Amino acid sequence: METVKKRMHQLGLPRIIIIAFIILIFIGAFLQGQDMKQLVSDSLVRFGMNLIFALAMMPAILSGIGLNMGLAIGIVCGLFGGLVSIEMGLTSWVGIACASLIALVIGSAVGVLYGRILNGVKGSEMLIGNYLGYAVVYLLCMFWFIAPFKNPAIIWPMGGDGVRSTVTLSGYYEHVLNNFLSFQIGGVTIPTGLFLFVFGICWIIRIFCKSKVGVTLQAAGDNPEYANSSGIHVNRCRIIGASLSTALGALGIVVYAQSYGFYSMYEAPLTMSFTPMAAVLLGGATMKKVSVWHAIIGTLLFQTMLTAALPVANMLLPDGNLSEVFRIIVSNGIILYALSQAGGER
Amino acid sequence: MAEITPVLSMKNIGKAFSGNQVLQDVSLDIMPGEIYALCGENGAGKSTLMNILFGMPVISSTGGYTGKVLIDGKEVQIKKPQEAIAYGIGMVHQEFMLIPGFTVGENIKLNREPLKNGALSRVFGKQLRNVDFEQIEKDAEASLDRLGVELDPHADVETLPVGYMQFVEIARELDKSNVKLLILDEPTAVLAESEAEIVLDIIKRLSKLGIAVLLITHRIGEIMYVADTVTILRDGLNVKTMKIADTTAGEIAELMVGRELVAVKQRDRDESENKEIAVSIKNLRVDMPGERVSGINLDVYKGEILGIGGLAGQGKLGVANGIMGIYPTFGEITVFGKPLKLNSPKSSIGAKFAFVSEDRKQQGFAPDLSIEMNMVIPAMVNHDEFFRKFGPFHQIDKKKVEETAKKYIEEFQIRCTGPKQEVKSLSGGNQQKVCIAKAILLQPDVLLVSEPTRGIDIGAKSIVLETISRINEETGVTILFTSSELGELRQVCDRIAIVSGGKVADILPPDATNEEFGLAMGGK
Amino acid sequence: MGKNGKVRGFLGKNIVPLLFACFCAVGVYYSGTGIPTILSDLVNRFDRNALLVLSLILPVISGMGLNFGIVLGAMSGQVGLILVSIWKIQGLPAILIAMLIAMVVASFCGFLAGKMLNQTKGQEMITSMILGFFANGIYQFIFLFIAGGVIKFSSDLLLSSGIGIKNTIALDSMQYALDDIKIFGVSTKVDLFTAMMFFGALFLLYYLFRVLVKKNREKKYRIRLGISAALIVAGAVGYNLPALVMYKMMVRVPIPTYLVIIGVCILIQAFMKTKLGQDMRAVGHDRKVAASAGIRVDKVRIQAIILSTVIAALGQIIFYQNLGTMDTYYGHEKVGTYCVAAILIGGASVQKATIGQAILGTLLFHLLFNVSPLAAQNMFSNSMVGGYFRMVACYGIIAVALILHAWRSRVDRKKKSEEV
Repeated sequence: METVKKRMHQLGLPRIIIIAFIILIFIGAFLQGQDMKQLVSDSLVRFGMNLIFALAMMPAILSGIGLNMGLAIGIVCGLFGGLVSIEMGLTSWVGIACASLIALVIGSAVGVLYGRILNGVKGSEMLIGNYLGYAVVYLLCMFWFIAPFKNPAIIWPMGGDGVRSTVTLSGYYEHVLNNFLSFQIGGVTIPTGLFLFVFGICWIIRIFCKSKVGVTLQAAGDNPEYANSSGIHVNRCRIIGASLSTALGALGIVVYAQSYGFYSMYEAPLTMSFTPMAAVLLGGATMKKVSVWHAIIGTLLFQTMLTAALPVANMLLPDGNLSEVFRIIVSNGIILYALSQAGGER
Repeated sequence: MAEITPVLSMKNIGKAFSGNQVLQDVSLDIMPGEIYALCGENGAGKSTLMNILFGMPVISSTGGYTGKVLIDGKEVQIKKPQEAIAYGIGMVHQEFMLIPGFTVGENIKLNREPLKNGALSRVFGKQLRNVDFEQIEKDAEASLDRLGVELDPHADVETLPVGYMQFVEIARELDKSNVKLLILDEPTAVLAESEAEIVLDIIKRLSKLGIAVLLITHRIGEIMYVADTVTILRDGLNVKTMKIADTTAGEIAELMVGRELVAVKQRDRDESENKEIAVSIKNLRVDMPGERVSGINLDVYKGEILGIGGLAGQGKLGVANGIMGIYPTFGEITVFGKPLKLNSPKSSIGAKFAFVSEDRKQQGFAPDLSIEMNMVIPAMVNHDEFFRKFGPFHQIDKKKVEETAKKYIEEFQIRCTGPKQEVKSLSGGNQQKVCIAKAILLQPDVLLVSEPTRGIDIGAKSIVLETISRINEETGVTILFTSSELGELRQVCDRIAIVSGGKVADILPPDATNEEFGLAMGGK
Repeated sequence: MGKNGKVRGFLGKNIVPLLFACFCAVGVYYSGTGIPTILSDLVNRFDRNALLVLSLILPVISGMGLNFGIVLGAMSGQVGLILVSIWKIQGLPAILIAMLIAMVVASFCGFLAGKMLNQTKGQEMITSMILGFFANGIYQFIFLFIAGGVIKFSSDLLLSSGIGIKNTIALDSMQYALDDIKIFGVSTKVDLFTAMMFFGALFLLYYLFRVLVKKNREKKYRIRLGISAALIVAGAVGYNLPALVMYKMMVRVPIPTYLVIIGVCILIQAFMKTKLGQDMRAVGHDRKVAASAGIRVDKVRIQAIILSTVIAALGQIIFYQNLGTMDTYYGHEKVGTYCVAAILIGGASVQKATIGQAILGTLLFHLLFNVSPLAAQNMFSNSMVGGYFRMVACYGIIAVALILHAWRSRVDRKKKSEEV
């Protein structure tokens, strides 16, 4: 009994609630006669395509910035990279490689700027990141309207300038990663290529954490004054953290889109930063501490819940969007929980 | 002449914190209108005594005190600060308790504003009564008049010079009805000399109004100038109470410092005249809040342990922090003849300095990282050690890190579950040992150690002091050892520089007399 | 300080409102719309939003920053409106009952929000923002699924499935119920010039009272007396000037609502002179010192948030009685952001906000909101760009204001530590 209690405590209240909830949903799905195999397959894909966003939170938290609420800034960089690759007419592996490359380069460059701004506003990074992100997304909205893209797949179908609101990837690099080496086990499709890619990124991040820069970053994030007196340039570490986080956000949207099939333009990136934030917190991260495992576990739990809840809720209540309401409550609830745990000044 | 009852008597006060006796048999009697000075080194028990008088929760929650407190001859049990205030005791704290955006008047009447009925209170009840700003002005003017200070009650406190803020604080205490005893905690600590003089004159004026003043200070000059009576506390004991007329500054200084020494370092190494200079400090100024250094010249010889002592707030801690570039620093520092780039911790570490900070929690370690990482990170970052290299890529050499950490855990007897334990879950003493290991792993030429024994238990204390002496002997590293405990400085140092008012007051051998140390510390 | 320095000082202090006034001027010019049309719209928008923006002032004074959590107040207001709609109460009584319900709900929400913000001191703004999102989820859950799903009742407000409240609710009987109270059959929604004369007379009476009865002979009162008189004269002249007949016809001012807004302004002003108001100022300036003087800091902060939430709730009800149809699920979502942007454009900051700034900000922000799509249409032949431009301006101003604040408070902290 004692050990069970201890295990429960280790697991933490938020995870216990969510796991119980997921079990409940799956029982519900089973009783409703949902296609369980499809549900699991979908959950796996959703997990894979969202994992990089959650990983993008890592460098930010480690370097002491905290949760990167301005992830949308990275996402619009990725969208730009994606559009450029389509504009050039690149398809398949070349297309996605080119999109990723441009996304990473622009993302890290913009991230440096973003990090510089955040260095001036220590203590309010989350709030300011959020509003900077919003402002940048809308600035890009104006840009999308006047952007000189020529490829008919990008611009509005009725002619004229401007990017359409969803740019389809079919015929370019839709599902390139998902379908690579994918196979089925008992009716469940495993998106091998996607998993290889995202776990590869996980591995690179683990390696990074053990490198000199990674160690420096962690020291700077955990106690900036200790880091400073140890001869570490704290501000530079934070810029690296912001830059990496933004770059990963940019890469994340490319991977996300190849699985989703579309680039969603305009206001779509606005809300995208909340889900990965909630995911890492759900995985057990705090405002100061995070590991690759937190990102993996959190994304798996959160995405499974969302994916499975959707058909179940729709069958229960066809009218309202119950699973969307759950997403709002759970993701903001867990962020609130983390904020209150971090504790305020006296 | 009729017998006068003291405003306040404290009789045979004793207090222990978890078995550790911090006050023992302390008594004092303060007469109406008397200026009574209370002095002693840091940790002599002054603040504990005040906490008892004000019934602070720290006292009752740790088992209360022994002895009696009498006000106007009647024994009282003070359980809350409000009760002390009701008995007519006022206190002005060292840090200002003023609201920056408020006027002088609003600050004097803070949370004691005169109220009157207004439209809102008629509808919503008493809580919304209006503040009577005209009355505030009148009351404030009256209190300021009693002090004899010319100050506009409308003036914004923010715009006042520091000295005037002190007046506002005193006026606020005066404004509380029936103040009989005013306690001033180091009222001149942050003031310029001219401002300090005015404050001292105000104290004299208060005493003429019949208000007794208890002045907590360690500026001996001030005591001689204003006080009628002085009580010297040392290590929680009432060393002596004297009339100022019957004593000298030298006597007070000696009593403040003097204690029986366990051991004074025997200086086998002789006078340092011919030795190589390791660090030469010229006109060092450091902007460290609360520990400002304003022009220090000091030569540190190779291989010696140089102690830096002095009272709190006088700037002794600023020296090491300035050398390491933690706070804004000006002046000139040369290390073995080479000039040091100031204000850059990285270049200081590059010049082979290592620092064990007095601010252990903030500067000393990263609380969420493991013991081993805390030990090796400075060496990793600055000397590229503890890595395995794959071409341009570095990866932590986990094995080497763990071995090193284990070695130091054993050597310093760090009590922990293993090298992977988070530092925040260690006790203060063990955290300090991690910090020392961290500094040693940088293989410094000059080791700066500040207050290494502050807040740690006796066992850890002796290990820390021993370690410092031992590394000095074994490796010949030069050590700059800053401490507020004169005893431990005399135990390990070859020479001791006493810092007062941001300058070196004197450099003394460890076997100098108590009076010499006391006068140097008291700034005379 | 020379005259030059004074001008520079004025510019420096008011740079944000001035800049946005310029934007507005450009927007008005390029929108190609007639001034009467714009003014008519602005009068309505001010009517709708003024209270919501005013609700931000008290938390700023109490040192809790910009309360993005007024979203909770807006939701409380909507709860009141939904309930009176279900109960089929009509007209002005419906509005008043909705306000009563909203005040109760808002006090409760404000209390919880205040508790939460006391847990996260120093991070109040981000917490209040997330709190708004979170509460939005709960709100949706209640009205989409609990209403009709768990608590069964029949109402034409429910969706066809019988579960959940409809996306939009028509408030036909309540529209203009406050804006246009009929007094003995006479409309109180009057033309611009009559309104000018009415308010001119009102102010004139007030300042006469101050000068003659209370003997406040300061210069500012005499100037204000003059302005009031000028307002009456201007109103009378305008009323009879044929050239301004378009203004007279198009711009209708809802006198009762404007009286409510003025009333709330006076209440806030009076409140700041009370003991509780003084405590809020003290807590806002320095929490620690206030606590050491015996002020119950946490309680004062909760009270500030409750008041803010209640004012916002009333504001949201006024908003919808003017608009006439309620957007059940998205009507409150952006209230926090828009209001914060408005008060910042008025020149407020995280630490300082006045009634004047709230009013000026509301006017400028909504003028910009009104003209920017049309102006962009005419400048770039694309109205969407204008729509996005106003969002960039809205979020950009918040970001810049917050950056400036964070940066300034760091510099201040540094300066303070250097002085000691």
